[in-house]
Amino acid sequence: MSRLRFVIPLGVFALLVVVLAVGIQQSPDKDLIPSPLIGKPAPEFSLPSLTDPAQRVSSGQLLGHWYLFNVWGTWCVSCREEHEMLLKIKQSGVIPLVGLDWKDDRDDALSFLKDAGNPYATIAVDHDGSEAIMWGVYGAPETFLVNPQGIVTYKYIGPITQQAWEREILPRLPMGRTPAMPSSS
Amino acid sequence: MIPELGQFTLILAMLLAALQAFFGIVGPAVKRERWMAAVTPAVTGQCVMVAASMGCLVASFVANDFSVQYVAENSNSALPVFYRVAAVWGSHSGSLILWIFLLACWSVAAAFGTMRLPKAFASRVLGVLGLISFGFLLYTLATSNPFLRLDPPWPDGESLNPILQDPGLAGHPPVLYTGYVGLAVAFAFAGAAMLEGRLDKDWARWTRPWTTAAWAFLSCGIALGSWWAYYTLGWGGFWFWDPVENASFMPWLMATALIHSLAVTEKRGLFKSWTLLLAVLAFSLSLVGTFLVRSGVLVSVHSFAASPTRGTFILAFLIVMIGGALALYAWRAPLLKSDAGFELTARESFLLFNNILLVTACATVFAGTMAPLISSALGLGKLSVGPPYFNPTFLLSMLPLLALLSVGIHARWKRGKLSDRARPILLTLVAAAVIGCAVVFGLFTGGRVLAPVGIGLGAWIILSSLIDPIDRLRRRITIPRAVLGMTLAHIGLGIFVVSITSVEGFTAERDVALAQGATARLGAYEFRFEGVQPVEGPNYSGVGGTVVVTRNGAPVAVMHPQKREYWVQHTVTTASAIRMYHTSNVLVALGQDLGKGAWSLRLQVRPMVSFIWLAAFIMAAGGMLAISDRRYRLPREEAEAAPVAAVTRSQA
Repeated sequence: MSRLRFVIPLGVFALLVVVLAVGIQQSPDKDLIPSPLIGKPAPEFSLPSLTDPAQRVSSGQLLGHWYLFNVWGTWCVSCREEHEMLLKIKQSGVIPLVGLDWKDDRDDALSFLKDAGNPYATIAVDHDGSEAIMWGVYGAPETFLVNPQGIVTYKYIGPITQQAWEREILPRLPMGRTPAMPSSS
Repeated sequence: MIPELGQFTLILAMLLAALQAFFGIVGPAVKRERWMAAVTPAVTGQCVMVAASMGCLVASFVANDFSVQYVAENSNSALPVFYRVAAVWGSHSGSLILWIFLLACWSVAAAFGTMRLPKAFASRVLGVLGLISFGFLLYTLATSNPFLRLDPPWPDGESLNPILQDPGLAGHPPVLYTGYVGLAVAFAFAGAAMLEGRLDKDWARWTRPWTTAAWAFLSCGIALGSWWAYYTLGWGGFWFWDPVENASFMPWLMATALIHSLAVTEKRGLFKSWTLLLAVLAFSLSLVGTFLVRSGVLVSVHSFAASPTRGTFILAFLIVMIGGALALYAWRAPLLKSDAGFELTARESFLLFNNILLVTACATVFAGTMAPLISSALGLGKLSVGPPYFNPTFLLSMLPLLALLSVGIHARWKRGKLSDRARPILLTLVAAAVIGCAVVFGLFTGGRVLAPVGIGLGAWIILSSLIDPIDRLRRRITIPRAVLGMTLAHIGLGIFVVSITSVEGFTAERDVALAQGATARLGAYEFRFEGVQPVEGPNYSGVGGTVVVTRNGAPVAVMHPQKREYWVQHTVTTASAIRMYHTSNVLVALGQDLGKGAWSLRLQVRPMVSFIWLAAFIMAAGGMLAISDRRYRLPREEAEAAPVAAVTRSQA
């Protein structure tokens, strides 16, 4: 009987293991959890358009389309790096890109797009950075894949590469072309 | 090339750790001298390899090698070199490398520190340490390799989270980890004793300095973390009962209990199985803490990228290490006999209560930390546990502990006569009560019910701790460093209790909206807001306010709280201005721009808050002083002959 009390710690530990194991089971994803937004509706927004400040870009207009929500800024070196790839994505015509020009200078942004080419179907301006907070953006560039129901299905951190495009983003899209979106630029 | 070298040396380190574990544990079991002799070279080799690997990671950071994913995600070229080095442990993978590196350093120290101990025992200690190293190296390489490359490399990195961009980051994790990891040595000593099936007073004497050293580092590490949180998180809090903070605090409570129970095992040969259990639990709690922080099962402000894959791996590791140790305990502990008895008022029973209360405190913190997890595992919904739970439950076990301490340090081993010290103890109690009431009702007005109790208890601990050293000085008896260290640590605790009581009881705080040139009062202090100017830092820009503080008309300080926006992450942080004035901390933090030059400001006066951290360092210094005691350095026979008697006054 007195020997039995020395087993108590082991028993308590076994219980703890069960709790921790259940805890892991309930963690949402099986790999890295990239964003709490995944599987949830994208934040609703209505922001001025970069190309025409009189127009607004809102989440409502985007419903019904697959789109890539790309957070960028001219101050962001990695975004410039990614730009080539974004232009290729535009050329492929597979999915429209919606830009979020993050904490940027409007003139800088416009002249950069004029020189380097504009891959975006439409660009929202987030001058004070509050929209990026809603999306949980940690640093630019970050890209979110949003489905026609407005649900975020994937997040990519860092500049999009050919590999990321082919292996991560394309396989998540439905077969065939997605409906084109009316371009505002 | 350098990252590949780093990965290669890390793999070599893992293989050496496997050899260290195998030779260390199997060697003594099959009685092969040669196998045991191979352990120390394996330990040294492992340490060299780990150091080389960490060097490679540091080099990649310093060289801005953004082809390494971990570097690209945690540093950028605008970051000063100092922070690029500190960024090594700014996130998950790198902090594991730091963990492994420190464990390797402790292992080398243990290899040299156990050279004069029996061969088989020393070999087992290092074997158990090898097992832990191996587990962590495997974990790092399998799930969290910091040397993975990016193709193509990023032109520039993502940069460190701005709240981590602080000198505090350079100091806090390494010191805290040194403490965490140091408990592995005590764990290894316990493991070796259980493998051997033998535990005597010598074992306790060998284990004590290692435990105390780890405890001292842990104390400093926790204090540094709390200090860092105080001045970077901006709103003047210093302890949040956050799961990550609790993860470091629980091992500290266990280690504190272990230090005291080891004293009983060494002096009286009692509490043997209990001491073993504490040694196992203290390190187990560091491991469980690692699991909670890294697996993502508990969400916390400290969480790095968390992942269930990592969680599963750590859980498996926990089962092997902790489950193994506890199974060994269930098998071996019943063999340990301690047949000596003691009286109710003897020192042993005070230390027993000390242990019960510390373990209870630890259990309440553990329950609070785990409750959200258990509740969601049982499908009872989300539960949030915060200070309203932790503060009262923790006090419930701490108050009796503090009261017992002042009496307990004067109790004698085995026999329960307190009579010759009864007078000074009572005198100090009366003095402390007077001080408590005088401070609360004289210096400050009002305060909570607990305020005089807290200050009185703290003062009593300080005064009561001084009785014995003063007595010895008067009688011209030398004070062994172990006793001096203990006294210092207890005085530190007393200061801690007094300062935390004053902070909790007498902090004055106001959120005000001030136009340029307007003033606000807070107690005797007056704050005049002079407006804001733009400021430019090396990698941030923002605004800095000017606030002139006076107290009863006398100038206190001109303070410059800032709101900073870091360019790369575009994160806004609050850099509050903190000034020490006499014993109080005056804090001004900049809130919102209300337009037309007006801003919202938080004003705060916290009496004695700096003493909280100072007290923790005093406790740690006491621990270090105790380790330097002669008898830990003497060979076995001499140590038993002379100084033990000097320490245990009672036996004289």
